[in-house]
Amino acid sequence: MDQFTINMLFVGGSFALYIGIAIWARAGSTSEFYAAGRGVHPVTNGMATAADWMSAASFISMAGLIAFTGYDNSSFLMGWTGGYVLLALLLAPYLRKFGKFTVSEFIGDRFYSQTARIVAVVCLIVASTTYVIGQMTGVGVAFGRFLEVDNTTGLLIGACVVFAYAVFGGMKGVTYTQVAQYVVLITAYTIPAVFISLQLTGNPIPGLGLFGNDAASGVPLLTKLDQIVTELGFAAYTAHHADTLNMVLFTLSLMIGTAGLPHVIMRFFTVPKVSDARWSAGWALVFIALLYITAPAVGAMARLNITEMMWPNGGIKGGAVTVEQIQNDPKYDWMHTWQKTGLLSWEDKNGDGKIQYYNDKNADLQATASEKGWSGNELTKFNRDILVLANPEIANLPSWVIGLIAAGGLAAALSTAAGLLLAISSAVSHDLIKGALKPSISEKGELFSARVAMAIAIMVATYLGLNPPGFAAQTVALAFGLAAASIFPALMMGIFSTRINNTGAVAGMLAGLVVTLLYIFLHKGWFFIPGTASFSDADPLLGTVKSTSFGAIGAVVNFVVAYVVAGITKETPQAIKDLVESVRIPRGAGAAQDH
Amino acid sequence: MSENSSNNAYWSANKRIIMISLVIWALVSFGFGILLRPMLSGIAVGGTDLGFWFAQQGSIIVFLGIIFFYAWRMNRLDREHGVEEE
Repeated sequence: MDQFTINMLFVGGSFALYIGIAIWARAGSTSEFYAAGRGVHPVTNGMATAADWMSAASFISMAGLIAFTGYDNSSFLMGWTGGYVLLALLLAPYLRKFGKFTVSEFIGDRFYSQTARIVAVVCLIVASTTYVIGQMTGVGVAFGRFLEVDNTTGLLIGACVVFAYAVFGGMKGVTYTQVAQYVVLITAYTIPAVFISLQLTGNPIPGLGLFGNDAASGVPLLTKLDQIVTELGFAAYTAHHADTLNMVLFTLSLMIGTAGLPHVIMRFFTVPKVSDARWSAGWALVFIALLYITAPAVGAMARLNITEMMWPNGGIKGGAVTVEQIQNDPKYDWMHTWQKTGLLSWEDKNGDGKIQYYNDKNADLQATASEKGWSGNELTKFNRDILVLANPEIANLPSWVIGLIAAGGLAAALSTAAGLLLAISSAVSHDLIKGALKPSISEKGELFSARVAMAIAIMVATYLGLNPPGFAAQTVALAFGLAAASIFPALMMGIFSTRINNTGAVAGMLAGLVVTLLYIFLHKGWFFIPGTASFSDADPLLGTVKSTSFGAIGAVVNFVVAYVVAGITKETPQAIKDLVESVRIPRGAGAAQDH
Repeated sequence: MSENSSNNAYWSANKRIIMISLVIWALVSFGFGILLRPMLSGIAVGGTDLGFWFAQQGSIIVFLGIIFFYAWRMNRLDREHGVEEE
């Protein structure tokens, strides 16, 4: 059986499983559609949250970004896990006690203002849509590879599948489907990593293998990696090169953003009790950590494998891989399959029959390069987003492992895209239409408008996904910046301060959202349309602060504006102060109330 | 009145626990993982230093510890102050 058939079997099989579960647990009423009737156990909920949370960014993209940058991209690891601490300590239990269905309902009630609710909905839609763009990038890569078509075709097919899938059921279908998706994605991520770790270090646990010794040479794996990449003129893998301020802000942005993402927060409305909401965040992080502890090992080991593959005879001394070897040696077959997606390419620029992979921007290597007659890096394109999916092929693992990782990557992208589309659709139908524009809408009309909102969101995301503002994980990082600057501060102030009133909250959210969105558009183009950017992240507007890191500053703007405006406007009414007091204690948390 | 003062004591205790947890949260990630990494460079861990380990693995493990500690501690605090769910 060839690889294509095996991929189809794995992908098809896993899809059949998800759809089967979705049909079995189809949503009946509106309350089930949004919050699954609150019957979900903390461990189950944690697992579903993990699947919902770990998207194309975590699964497909992150290890690739770490692999080619090393230590400096540790921000992704710390940022996307550290946010759960904020979520567990500052938000989850109180939002559960409050007992409504959506994030904007809390903001609307706490700040006793329809305007606050609508502003929250807008913030949520902006952040979630940006997030879906990142997912579509990942979906394009995964579908492109396993259908063996170019990236754009893959993206369009993927968009149809995501839509069909998300329209199928609400949260209830999604909760159990997501448990299945978690199992598929974690197995798919771990198995190749275990194989590769065994090959390289002899240790079956990748997280430990990363800090173990390279089996071939006996030196520590990371020391060896540092040696071989610096020889080629690249920055040392374990060294700190990034601007420290930007790294701190970026990490903080991802953390705050994690705690402000509506589709993750919504999960904590679905546990039976306040104490369960606290445990749920912990369980979610346990299941997320299983992948996040493995990811840096995947990155480092893949970087080692790729570099050794391009220099198969022991570094520069032994000479680069020959074009003939790439053509004929089955070990290099993966390069041809990925070439078809347009995301990997090489070119023998100096016509010496070899492909030299090195850092041609490094001045120190110029002498060596001209002496040896190299004319620039000949591995001309290696899209970071392909690394994880290509990894088992690079390491020459059995074909069923390759099929498995295709299924896993799609599970990750689909589960998150579905969760986000659900958050967007509930924001539009439940908060905007039923909550503000037309309260008399029937349950049927509400479900219908939810589905229309989903369709529009996915069309916009697909269109922008064709020219994404960055690799999957970078686009997703922008979404986190937006959530960090708008939603998180409003929620936190709503619980921890009785001082912040309606005007303060609205001004804060608007200021945070607008300033962050402006900064992103100035660097990534207006509405992400290519060619409309005035600055670039290589030379940002404010010192060293890149657009992906700006969310932390946007959050500070939000807090400051909210406090100042609340200070000069009318005090919060007593009834709302009492509401805040009651949210702070777990006693009396009943089932959720619809209006 | 008595219920209110008990609620206030509960809330201050909660805020104190949150503060301590967040100090540890920031110390392992922004501290050991980034800003204080040069100070930890003398401590070797598998071919690199302790700061690298904290940035790529250690902080995640500590985060887990913090969340489970908080859940356990708060569920006890709820009962101490009689505000647990019925």
